[in-house]
Amino acid sequence: MGFTALCLTVSTAFAGGGDGKHPGNGANAAPTAMPQLKLPAGFKAVAVVGDFGQVRHIAVAPNGVVFIKLAKLKDGKGIYRLQDTNGDGKADKITGFGNYRGTGMAIRNGYLYASSDEDVYRYKLDRNANVIDPEKPERIVMGLLARGEHQPKAITLDYSGNLYVNIGAYSNACQLVDRTKGSPGRKPCPILDSAGGIWQFKADKPDQTYGDDHHYATGLRNVVGFDWNRQTNSLFVMQHGRDQLSSLYPQYWNDKQSAELPAECMYELHKGSNCGWPYIFYDQFQHKQLLNPEYGGDGKKGPEEKYQDPVLAFPGHLAPDGLLFYTGDQFPAKYKNGAFVAFHGSWNRAPEPQQGFYVVFVPFENGKPTGKWEVFADNFAGGPANISPSKAEQRPCGLAQGPDGSIYVTSDTKLGAVWKISYNK
Amino acid sequence: MKHILIISVLAIGAMSLTNKPAISWTPAQGGLQASIARGKLVYLQQCLPCHQADASGVPNMNPPLIKTRQVLGNKTALIKIVLNGLKGVDIDGDSFNGVMAPHPDLTDQEIADVLTYVRNSFGNKASAVTVAQVKAVRAANKPAN
Repeated sequence: MGFTALCLTVSTAFAGGGDGKHPGNGANAAPTAMPQLKLPAGFKAVAVVGDFGQVRHIAVAPNGVVFIKLAKLKDGKGIYRLQDTNGDGKADKITGFGNYRGTGMAIRNGYLYASSDEDVYRYKLDRNANVIDPEKPERIVMGLLARGEHQPKAITLDYSGNLYVNIGAYSNACQLVDRTKGSPGRKPCPILDSAGGIWQFKADKPDQTYGDDHHYATGLRNVVGFDWNRQTNSLFVMQHGRDQLSSLYPQYWNDKQSAELPAECMYELHKGSNCGWPYIFYDQFQHKQLLNPEYGGDGKKGPEEKYQDPVLAFPGHLAPDGLLFYTGDQFPAKYKNGAFVAFHGSWNRAPEPQQGFYVVFVPFENGKPTGKWEVFADNFAGGPANISPSKAEQRPCGLAQGPDGSIYVTSDTKLGAVWKISYNK
Repeated sequence: MKHILIISVLAIGAMSLTNKPAISWTPAQGGLQASIARGKLVYLQQCLPCHQADASGVPNMNPPLIKTRQVLGNKTALIKIVLNGLKGVDIDGDSFNGVMAPHPDLTDQEIADVLTYVRNSFGNKASAVTVAQVKAVRAANKPAN
């Protein structure tokens, strides 16, 4: 007994999480990482589940039942169904299924879609959003590239029977040797034939795989947050911009500039869109596309070829992992048809202070962002001292809208959670 | 049994932390403290952007350099990570998918210094890495790619 108690105390101290913040926690107290979210007046957040696990993306069924996809299996399960039977917002009926990890989660036309890093599956739901056969999903897409870097597959669907999958580039800027000083960029970049873009598949056809017919948009380094906009009837994506301008090219950028550059960009895509990775990045201060230094760029030169411009440029490295267009009526009128973006939080701003770890709101007018975005939900990190990828208590990742017009936010730290955010007049 | 084993390992670790340091290695050029001081400068330039100022790393991407087997353990393997880079590593059941560039351009002295710095900072306490050790590993090194 004595040995066990000592061992627990020691491991808690070594883990370093939360100690000092929760005085009174003895050796037997469960660890917790549930910060109080900061929201605009009139909004409140309820933890649907807290201290749960690495929750990536989320989908909500028409009856309000929530499904989440985990980056790491919890009790051997990678998908959880969360039901709130008494209306207090908290899940009181929790069941897991699916023995694979992953990111993507979406619901359309009575099916739950889920992705591993290689495949996309779907499960038929009954009218109560019960999964009819959790052991036998239908494999819709198979054999996608997963080479470590940027391997999570985000998914979304349109309203015409199509499924969209992000296949992230397994590279920073398509150098001959990835992330290595002095290594040149490859042109044409061979990665682009099977990654670094968005692929479109039929939502109901089994075992689809790579093929030119499916290639929807290219020149996107990595997209985790994307959503179909019903007003414009088009796909909007958030790109994770390149890293390491100052550490690889100190002759052109200092650490302060490199913390802000390149912009994290929102693009409106159409079939055939080319957003220019790895050849260019977008400089939000010069308001233009710059040639990447791996391809001869020097911080001033633009590309000879023309690539698609972003519709909105955010500060660098904030890591947008969720995008949601708000179509509900519960929130005040200004939110209608605008976009929420979940920023996971930066790491590549070091040695400058990190930033992000919040959900922002982007007002839209006539299908275009007005540019005046604002922080909507903050303090996921749990205080200014925790604005760091390893110290943040929570890191926003997935977004979804419920049938009552509330929105849901997930977090994928080890003790990740799901919040339901509602508005009361 | 498992608990007793863990406790023993921790106890040995604790002793080496509390006792006067029993330095049994050959100090690097100019002594241990000089090597650590030079290594810090290399760390700020080469390692900090990914591993972070406090070496706590980035979850799921860039591994921490705090009390891990890779940092405190076999020096040959550690020197090879610097020379050849690394792609994907599991630490205590957590996977890290970030890509570390190879650094063959660093001198033997720089590699010895930065590894000595890392092994003696951020709560780590381990023997220095010498220039001779780096030279020997580099001579026998065959990069995987």
